[in-house]
Amino acid sequence: MLAVRQLEAGYGESVILRNVTLEVQRGEVVCLLGRNGVGKTTLMKSIMGVLKARKGHVTYSGADLTKRAPGERARRGIGYVPQGREIFPQLTVFENLLLGLEATPGKGRIIPESAIMKFPVLPTMYGRNGGDLSGGQQQQLAFARALASEPALLLLDEPCEGIQPSIVDDIRDVIRSIKAEGGTAILLAEQSLEFVKSVGDYFYILEKGSIAWEGGLEALDDEVIRRYLTV
Amino acid sequence: MDVIVLQLFNGFSVSSILLLIALGLAITFGLMKVINMAHGELIMIGAYSAYVVQNLFLSYMPSSMFNWYFIAAIPFSFIVAFLIGLLLEATLIRFLYGRPLDSLLATWGIGLMLQQLARTIFGAPNVGVTSPSWLNGGMTIMGDVVLPYKRLFIIALVCLCLVAMYVYIYRSHSGRRMRAVMQNREMAACLGISTRRVDAMTFAIGSGIAGIAGCALTLMGPIGPSIGTYYIVDAFMVVVLGGVGKLIGTVFGALGIGLSNTVFEYWTTASLGKVLVFLCIVAFLQWKPMGLVAMRSRSLD
Repeated sequence: MLAVRQLEAGYGESVILRNVTLEVQRGEVVCLLGRNGVGKTTLMKSIMGVLKARKGHVTYSGADLTKRAPGERARRGIGYVPQGREIFPQLTVFENLLLGLEATPGKGRIIPESAIMKFPVLPTMYGRNGGDLSGGQQQQLAFARALASEPALLLLDEPCEGIQPSIVDDIRDVIRSIKAEGGTAILLAEQSLEFVKSVGDYFYILEKGSIAWEGGLEALDDEVIRRYLTV
Repeated sequence: MDVIVLQLFNGFSVSSILLLIALGLAITFGLMKVINMAHGELIMIGAYSAYVVQNLFLSYMPSSMFNWYFIAAIPFSFIVAFLIGLLLEATLIRFLYGRPLDSLLATWGIGLMLQQLARTIFGAPNVGVTSPSWLNGGMTIMGDVVLPYKRLFIIALVCLCLVAMYVYIYRSHSGRRMRAVMQNREMAACLGISTRRVDAMTFAIGSGIAGIAGCALTLMGPIGPSIGTYYIVDAFMVVVLGGVGKLIGTVFGALGIGLSNTVFEYWTTASLGKVLVFLCIVAFLQWKPMGLVAMRSRSLD
């Protein structure tokens, strides 16, 4: 459903990603691993369109999105939970969630029950400003905001970064339940090996801006981990 | 007692005019961070729009209708300034987002061009706009204190604009989109909001409100092509003193400047009063650089 072909991207003069090719199938949880600074976030941004691709293609459900704006990609069904959450600080929690509906106009202005149910803590904070929430709460809000548009593909960029263990467990449960429902594919960039092993179907390891290794859960053995992921 | 009431009223009146001219800027500068030096000229456009409506009523409407021209002039001024703001945004401002110095110079140039355009169309001398007769005179309270209807009308108009802006920005769908884009443009785009359309609408609304301010200024005296330059500094003062980005801050900024201006002018002279007000503003901003109402949030720390 999502296919990235020979993607090259970077900031200004510097090239961060070279010749990246990966695929996400419908309903699958694909994990993106790699040490710090190998280009995981850059790849996420290029898939969302925040960063323009220099070369290569991003296709989604058969359509070439390489030249499309982020908003267009969102309307086609890609949800994005960026690194650092990017909550609107001066908007209330409820308003933040309502903005998740912008990608699906005409569906009415109701946040789908399925998005809220996964984060029962959110409705108790509807009136508070997004910026006043703790990091973990903001992460849950960003996640729910992306789910409000009922995306067919969800991009999760380090959802567990700097989050307390109990919320990490909640997020793990949410990812599992999305997987069980089967309607949404997930591309997950994450540092925690233990976390991705517990939810992932297929794995890509980035090194120096290129895909260095790919394979299923059983192939991700100690040798691979030692070679590409140990610091 | 009479003197206190009268000075207080004068203070509120000055504040209301300051607020009206600063409200549009609170959007274009406060929310969008565009240093729009042509804001004064948008006020001028609103004023001339009122003049045009007056002349149209004189020429084409029965004289019994003339008194109501001003009611038509307010929305007309808004629409004209709105459309010019839309044009300005589409052709110039949108290339200058995030470049404050460039936008300052470019909009100043636009301001000069608009002034010259007004001079070409309407002539260099000031033109008078006759106030409708129902705004002449005043309300007498406490025996001999007269509150002019025109000033009361401007205060009411400001309140109306303020309520309308509040409802639009904080209660409507498009206002929510607008705040989202101003707070985090990239993320708003990722959620499917058309940032281009929001930018254009926001700038145009700020311009339109400047038009309403210009329309109201025709009540205070004759208008000329350079009327905007008298008000641009005050408008920026109000927004900066109030705290950039908050509507309520602009209200406090206008009240602070307007009331202290009246007090200082009463104690000293008109020009010395103005100097003292500016000194106070400079001193205050040294102490609190963020203005009266600063945005505070965990995510901004």
